Amino acid sequence: MSPPVTDPYPIIRLEDVTKVYPMPAGDVLALDHLSLDVMAGEFIAIMGPSGSGKSTLLNLIGCLDVPTTGEIVISGRPVRSLSDDDLTTLRRDNIGFVFQTFNLIPLLSVLENVEFPLLLRGRPAGSRERCTEVLGAVGLTPDLFTHRPSELSGGQQQRVAIARALVNDPGILLCDEPTGNLDTRTGDTIMALLGALNRQGKTILLVTHDPRIAGFASRTIRIVDGSVA
Amino acid sequence: MILFDLARRNIRLHWLRSLLAVVGIIIGVVAISSMGMLGNSLVLSISDSLTSVGDTIVVSPHVSSAQGSFGSSGGLRITERQVEEIRRAAGANTVIPLRTGADRITVGNEAKTAALYAMDPADVPVLLEKEGGIYLRYGSGVMVGKKLAEENDLKVGETIGIGTGDERARIVGILKERGIGFDINPDYALVVPDTWFASRYGERDYDQVIIKVRNLEDIDGVKAAVDDKLNRREQVVNVLDTRKVLSTIIDAFNQISTFTTAIGGISLVVAGISILNVMLMSVTERTKEIGIIRSLGAKRGEVMRIFLSEALILGLLGSAIGGALSLAGGYLAVNVMLQSTKYLFEASTLVYILYGVAFGIGVSLLSGIYPAWKAAMMNPIEALRFE
Repeated sequence: MSPPVTDPYPIIRLEDVTKVYPMPAGDVLALDHLSLDVMAGEFIAIMGPSGSGKSTLLNLIGCLDVPTTGEIVISGRPVRSLSDDDLTTLRRDNIGFVFQTFNLIPLLSVLENVEFPLLLRGRPAGSRERCTEVLGAVGLTPDLFTHRPSELSGGQQQRVAIARALVNDPGILLCDEPTGNLDTRTGDTIMALLGALNRQGKTILLVTHDPRIAGFASRTIRIVDGSVA
Repeated sequence: MILFDLARRNIRLHWLRSLLAVVGIIIGVVAISSMGMLGNSLVLSISDSLTSVGDTIVVSPHVSSAQGSFGSSGGLRITERQVEEIRRAAGANTVIPLRTGADRITVGNEAKTAALYAMDPADVPVLLEKEGGIYLRYGSGVMVGKKLAEENDLKVGETIGIGTGDERARIVGILKERGIGFDINPDYALVVPDTWFASRYGERDYDQVIIKVRNLEDIDGVKAAVDDKLNRREQVVNVLDTRKVLSTIIDAFNQISTFTTAIGGISLVVAGISILNVMLMSVTERTKEIGIIRSLGAKRGEVMRIFLSEALILGLLGSAIGGALSLAGGYLAVNVMLQSTKYLFEASTLVYILYGVAFGIGVSLLSGIYPAWKAAMMNPIEALRFE
């Protein structure tokens, strides 16, 4: 499948973003006047040493937090002055998260985990079909749908997590060390899956320590001491 | 839907501690309902057994602390002159002076003691109702209290012996059962003509004067007038109106009832604290899950709903079971305390089950608010990092 032909536009824009965490021992500057444009359809690897601010960057883009100064624009919407509920809605409709530890809800079945984001939108018509569709797209067979996450292998769990991230059809996938808990071979199949999703038009940002994993991306950004190196 | 379902599944997962919290609520609801039911039955049975006539003023000799022991009016009487003063103070209202006493009575071969009330036969129909026979007339003859008649199988027309001599009196009427009154208690007594009583016992003064007020609004005025006439220099008589005494007693029992219900309420508060504890544990354990669902786009209000649902489920379960058990608990409490469940199935008694259930659900929700709020206000990033 060839990438859809669209004019490149920045789906994510960071303008002079600073993030300060107030700590008892003194403020910690996590991001230091960072500016960045991510074009729609890009596949970007973010690398950097521990504590460099790459997780903070991902959290801010994921609308889990707002910058201390500067502005972030996601799909054309500036986030800094949004209320918590609006920020949550923006996240729900535009962002899919994939975590290192999969972060599936242990009490829910595979199908229910994938369905959860749809239920938060009031369960639109065709929810079940949509879930089956994305679960099929990430390569899971229907016999696994009723299992609890703990009954699956790591690779299978990460596929469920990716299916859950895709179910609302967000433009952006944010992946935090998605292969960190997987063996190399399984990790590579997950990266191949992400590559395929990117080719279908998803913008992907991926945080990793592993240069080999970063090799799957089309662009690598290095963060050092809170700014782009 | 799924938020509720998540709560339900979490309760099932931690079924033991959820069960304990539910048991707490059950105990609380049962305690509050059965105490309330017991209290209400008590008040109902008390007010039922009291003659609730509100139109009566009772004048009795005042016993000062200097004169003998409490409650003994021995030797203290109301004189003929004082009765005349009371009559003047009472105006158009009926004044009934009474003498009381007790004597041996003989029924067949059996001797026992009965109370005697002596009054002007003309006053008897004003104060008492008959169930059989006729009211007293001048001369001889007695009326018999309902209980006394029942227990000794006395009939109108029979005669009974009075005193140790061979004096006999004919029963002309049986009185209607009256219950415990503040004026007189004739259920176990004989009512006799005052002239007969005076000639037999040689008593000239009175033990008690009852004023029947025609118009209820006059009660306070008549009381004040009697007080003014007789107690001006020193207190010689006590003046009580039955309405006030009745309401004082009912008030006292209502307070006791409220108090015991409140004690039941304490156990519900304890149950609420145990729900609070269970919920706080649940919130802490599920911090990561809260982070996950926040990252998936759950709003604060939706997170709050999950945990409030959990508290609500615990509360509904506990209150429903507690409400059902309250009926048994109330039955037991009332049966043990009052030996009768006559007042249990009154609406005003059964409503305490509703109160108990409502309090149970309310306390549970209240206990859930803080943990739910804590969950909703969690920073999603920190929650996600939680292991």
